[in-house]
Amino acid sequence: MYDTSSDSKILLDTVQKFMADEIYPHEDRVDKLGYVPDEIGKQIEEKSKEVGLFAANLPEKYGGGGLDYSSMMIVEREYGKTSHALHSWIARPTEILLACNEKQMEEYLYPCVKGDKRELFALTEPDAGSDIMSMKSNAKKEGDDWILNGSKHFISGPCMPDFAIVFAATGEDETPRGKRKRITAFLVDVGIPGFDIQEGTKCISYRGYKNYQLSFNDVRLSADKILGTEGNGLSLSGKWLGMGRIWVGATCCGKAERILDLALDWAAQRKQFGKPIGTFQATGFKLADMKMNLRAADLLVKDAVDRALTGQMMDEDAAIVKIFCSEMLNKVADDTVQIFGGMGLMEEMPIERLWRDSRLERIWDGTSEIQRHIVTRSMLRPLGA
Amino acid sequence: MKILVPVKRVLDYNVKARVKADGSGIDLANVKMSMNPFDEIALEEAIRIKEKGNAEEIIAVSIGVQQNQETLRTALAMGADRAILVVATDDVHNDIEPLTVANILAAITLKEGPSLILCGKQAIDNDFNATAQMLSAKLKWSQATFASEIDVKDDIIRVTREVDGGLQTIDAKIPAVVSVDLRLNEPRYASLPNIMKAKRKPLEEINPADLGVEITQRLKVIETKEPDSREAGLILENIDQLVEKIQENVGG
Repeated sequence: MYDTSSDSKILLDTVQKFMADEIYPHEDRVDKLGYVPDEIGKQIEEKSKEVGLFAANLPEKYGGGGLDYSSMMIVEREYGKTSHALHSWIARPTEILLACNEKQMEEYLYPCVKGDKRELFALTEPDAGSDIMSMKSNAKKEGDDWILNGSKHFISGPCMPDFAIVFAATGEDETPRGKRKRITAFLVDVGIPGFDIQEGTKCISYRGYKNYQLSFNDVRLSADKILGTEGNGLSLSGKWLGMGRIWVGATCCGKAERILDLALDWAAQRKQFGKPIGTFQATGFKLADMKMNLRAADLLVKDAVDRALTGQMMDEDAAIVKIFCSEMLNKVADDTVQIFGGMGLMEEMPIERLWRDSRLERIWDGTSEIQRHIVTRSMLRPLGA
Repeated sequence: MKILVPVKRVLDYNVKARVKADGSGIDLANVKMSMNPFDEIALEEAIRIKEKGNAEEIIAVSIGVQQNQETLRTALAMGADRAILVVATDDVHNDIEPLTVANILAAITLKEGPSLILCGKQAIDNDFNATAQMLSAKLKWSQATFASEIDVKDDIIRVTREVDGGLQTIDAKIPAVVSVDLRLNEPRYASLPNIMKAKRKPLEEINPADLGVEITQRLKVIETKEPDSREAGLILENIDQLVEKIQENVGG
């Protein structure tokens, strides 16, 4: 990190010490167990509240830590060094909740800031991943209420949530490019009739981080469960999804730095033909490329954050960050396995875990392919193509 | 009661020290610097004393280069109320000697009127372990060193000291200078709300001349070198060979 303001350094120091004391000691065990023992998750939650990292992303006036985007960049980058299974216990409630009305704030936003409630962000469906407009979840109006039907999957979180922010079609609009679904966001409490939530299948990335399958069978919701207004679900999610992608970029940089440090250490210690393997060009140049690409990725994240701070960040800016950082990370991880040779794939070393964890980053929060589509579209559309 | 805590900016304890090519000292260019860990412990203790209601104000002081400001910002974020930076040099490699540091701290003490000075027992860079002792002599105050437990009661400070082979408990009359040891406490990290609050805390910048202290050099570093690297070990076939080796080396 090259940010040299002393406040940033103090913040970085606090996060690094927190990670060293409360997170890293559990990594290996959690990965092997495949779940986070409840007492460990709760402990991380409590300690992060003590130090003020819990809900640090939300404004102070709602009880959050009031960190701006450039501070969150530092925090997320450090979190990226470990597994979502652990750092997600340090909640960063989704900023979409800031769209709550006053009554909803009492019921949803404030409890999330305090850690009394956990939310899930439920957009993806089995048949609607990259193609989000093909979503089948829908809500139909019945009197003053809405009746929700459909399903969601790959909805990730550290533990069983208290409610989900569910995106569903509530009608169709005619647009110059044809019919377009009206998407609405609903606040749906776990436990209400017709709402079933199950843990999904195990993932080899971030073992212990949970993903849930949600199904809705004639779930009756009153109109005050709509987040924002009816039909503005996508603009609501779009407003915050961009930042989510930048945080993926920042976490990828953190993880790449950690992996590079391991690679560097190994390249300096491990000797073959009487010399440290790092002094052979085949290895040394890999390290140079890692450092160079990590630097570029960090600068892209910083650039996007600067744009976001001045309200100038576009979808393609976030997409560029997401693609570059996640692909940089995967190259760093793969090359590091190569530098370690057979040892890189052994469970005794952390390399194979970091390599496995890295793979997911090119997929979630919008695949590299959909991100490239976003960048392409932003260039071609103004030309009428 | 006011507590004064001097904090030194040193090479971070996680960083592997590298000797400069000319042997004149440790290379400090572009390396991570942090608050001296013993000073962190002293500051933590000061905060705890204040939290117990036995002190009203904690003043952190750092002596050295302009960048020591960072160390003081950390001290403010941990819980010091205000900070004084004494810019004594513009060269990070110029280590201000204990006697000069003691002179500066004595002058600040007369100006600020603390009744307790909590210091780290030594800085992890030069390991002098001298400033607290010199300072107490300059001020003619009581002195307690190597504290592993501290208890303030009225004008008496009870200090458990880590001495060779055991613990010694003494009562020192306040005003006093106390140097702290490793096992006294575990320093907190700066919490986010405190990092935010620290931005509004005052940090005063002064020069040694303002205090009427002259920076003098009484010591000269002749050479700095790395420890000899360990020689490779031997793998022996059996216990008999081991016994033989021991007898060869130790003598029977």
